[in-house]
Amino acid sequence: MNTKTLAMIGLLGTLGVTGWQQLPARAQTSDATGFLKSRDFSHADGPQIYGTICQACHMEGAKGAKGAGEYPALAGNPKLGAAPYVEMMVLGGHGAMPGFGGMLNDAQVAEVTTYVRTHFGNHYDDPVTADDVKALRASLDSASTSDE
Amino acid sequence: MNGVTTALTRRQLLSRIGLAAGGTMMYQAMTSLGYAAESSYKGPVNLQGNPKGATVLILGAGVAGMTAAYEMRKAGYKVKILEYNARPGGRNWSIHGGDTYTELGGHTQHCQFDSNLYLNPGPWRIPHHHRGLLHYCKQFNVKLESFNQVNYNALLHNSKAFGGKPQRFREIDADYKGHVSELLAKACQQGALDQAVTKDDQELLLESLRSWGALDKNMAYVKGEASSTRRGFSKFPGGGISGKPEFSEPMGMDKVLNSHLWAALAAGNNYEMQTTMFQPVGGMDQIGKAFARELGPGTIQYNARVVQIDQDDHGVTVTYEDHGADGARRTAKADWCICTIPFSVLSRIPIQVGQAMSDAITHLPYAASVKVGLQFKRRFWEEDEAIYGGISYTDLPITQISYPSTDYHSPGKGVLLGAYIWGLDAYDFTSHTPQERVRQALEYGSQLHPQYKPEFDNGVSVGWHRVPWTHGCFGQWSEELRAQHYKAATQIDGRIAMAGEHISYIPAWQEGAVLSALDVIGRLHSKVMATGGQA
Repeated sequence: MNTKTLAMIGLLGTLGVTGWQQLPARAQTSDATGFLKSRDFSHADGPQIYGTICQACHMEGAKGAKGAGEYPALAGNPKLGAAPYVEMMVLGGHGAMPGFGGMLNDAQVAEVTTYVRTHFGNHYDDPVTADDVKALRASLDSASTSDE
Repeated sequence: MNGVTTALTRRQLLSRIGLAAGGTMMYQAMTSLGYAAESSYKGPVNLQGNPKGATVLILGAGVAGMTAAYEMRKAGYKVKILEYNARPGGRNWSIHGGDTYTELGGHTQHCQFDSNLYLNPGPWRIPHHHRGLLHYCKQFNVKLESFNQVNYNALLHNSKAFGGKPQRFREIDADYKGHVSELLAKACQQGALDQAVTKDDQELLLESLRSWGALDKNMAYVKGEASSTRRGFSKFPGGGISGKPEFSEPMGMDKVLNSHLWAALAAGNNYEMQTTMFQPVGGMDQIGKAFARELGPGTIQYNARVVQIDQDDHGVTVTYEDHGADGARRTAKADWCICTIPFSVLSRIPIQVGQAMSDAITHLPYAASVKVGLQFKRRFWEEDEAIYGGISYTDLPITQISYPSTDYHSPGKGVLLGAYIWGLDAYDFTSHTPQERVRQALEYGSQLHPQYKPEFDNGVSVGWHRVPWTHGCFGQWSEELRAQHYKAATQIDGRIAMAGEHISYIPAWQEGAVLSALDVIGRLHSKVMATGGQA
């Protein structure tokens, strides 16, 4: 993994503090009202997280989609064999994909990672735990700090 | 030299420039002298020097691409645009009754609106200071009408306050300001502000609070003529024998504060939302269509899906799938390339640029957003509630309901914006089918308007992450991302430069696209001139 990727993912530390919904969506959302509290999503499990967030782009059945660009299919995707890769994508995003580390707790990142790695024709049964995610988050944060 | 003298000198200078050279020159001079308008638009473009037939290939016929094409052709370049869609505009788009839209994932909607009704899924309003975009609207005869942002008779709704009953904007506005004014007046009269405000100024402060907060002669916000004139009467003044009004009772400060509805009061105070705002008559897509009309036939090649972008010392080669014909891969070549493809899409296309530009392209997330348009059998918001245009706000996931700012009192059906969703809820809505989004918007909206269900006719919805030509709403720069990648994204990388809302500090607004295009063509032109025109 190159240092730039680490630095990018290290941004999560900041995003986590400010909350991802406060990202500067400001132009069109400067009329968004302050009483809009994001609903409590901390109890959503793997399938619920997939169906609420991931499915917007990766689609039903995780089959992906192709337009002017492309959303990769997660179904039968060998990249999912590496659990940390999936965890990092969920935490930090890449390309057009936003990171969700500021919105999902460690257990949720582990759950949704496990969910996509054991469904949609994927059979990666090695368990992913909240501690794995916590460690990854911490190491990425410190990597980012030492990178500066 | 003190500030006053400077100002006078500048004013005298400007007036001379205005007399001698006319308004445009005066505006440019005003801008350069620091009478900065809200937009960095510097007046009509005038690229000096002959590019000697240099060619420019522009990727994307959105507002940025067509602005660049229009101005560069005027300056003597040979321009061509490759566009993914079968129409001009990009995110400048309206769904009219009769239109068909297929989103990523394959769901197709056939819009059942009446043929004169529409939804603007993307940009839907234009601030009066977006001078670049307004310049082209004027030049291309795009007829504008007022977009009504703030409506004192619209609703503020918190499902967890007032038993879920919506309140009128004017009541919350008056009561909030009234109570705050009374409190501040009391503090002032009790000497609590003596350290901060001189005695003379305290008199002025009290007078201003009476005026701003609608306080009575005792500096109290109470039931009476002053407060009812702001918040409305319980029986409004009328004519004839029973015309005498009855004052309304302001709600207590605790109720106003605990309702959190005050949070929506400033929505129209941001400079981007301040009156006057505009919308094109007949849909935002009138702007895109006007640009395409001005560019004339043959400039834009539609149905071209770009799959690779290469460059060398001599020019740029773009490979695309020609879906207007047989879908085969073809190439287009030019001396220079302006790429307006959103980074959400471009990050999936091989492009020959330096590492810094490449990093910028692959590190910009795109915001999630959803809009739902609902057609009702009659304009009940006007007929039943005297709500003409403007926006109601709610804590529900739909966040707002915007009523049409046009065709007031027209009989028959009407279309309103039934949801404008961001963040987690936007991903959630996008994850569902278009029909489910409409059904949800109807369900939520009926909490504000009981007429919703009996009067509902049909609806359309757009989740921006499923829009095939953008894969997202707009480039969501954070401060950190700006610091790391923005400058690189604005550079002319060899023969390729980027333009679009994402190459601006006005993300998501069409003005950002216009200003980014005008900025990049100026710099590109200088580079071309420095190298003697055609490469």
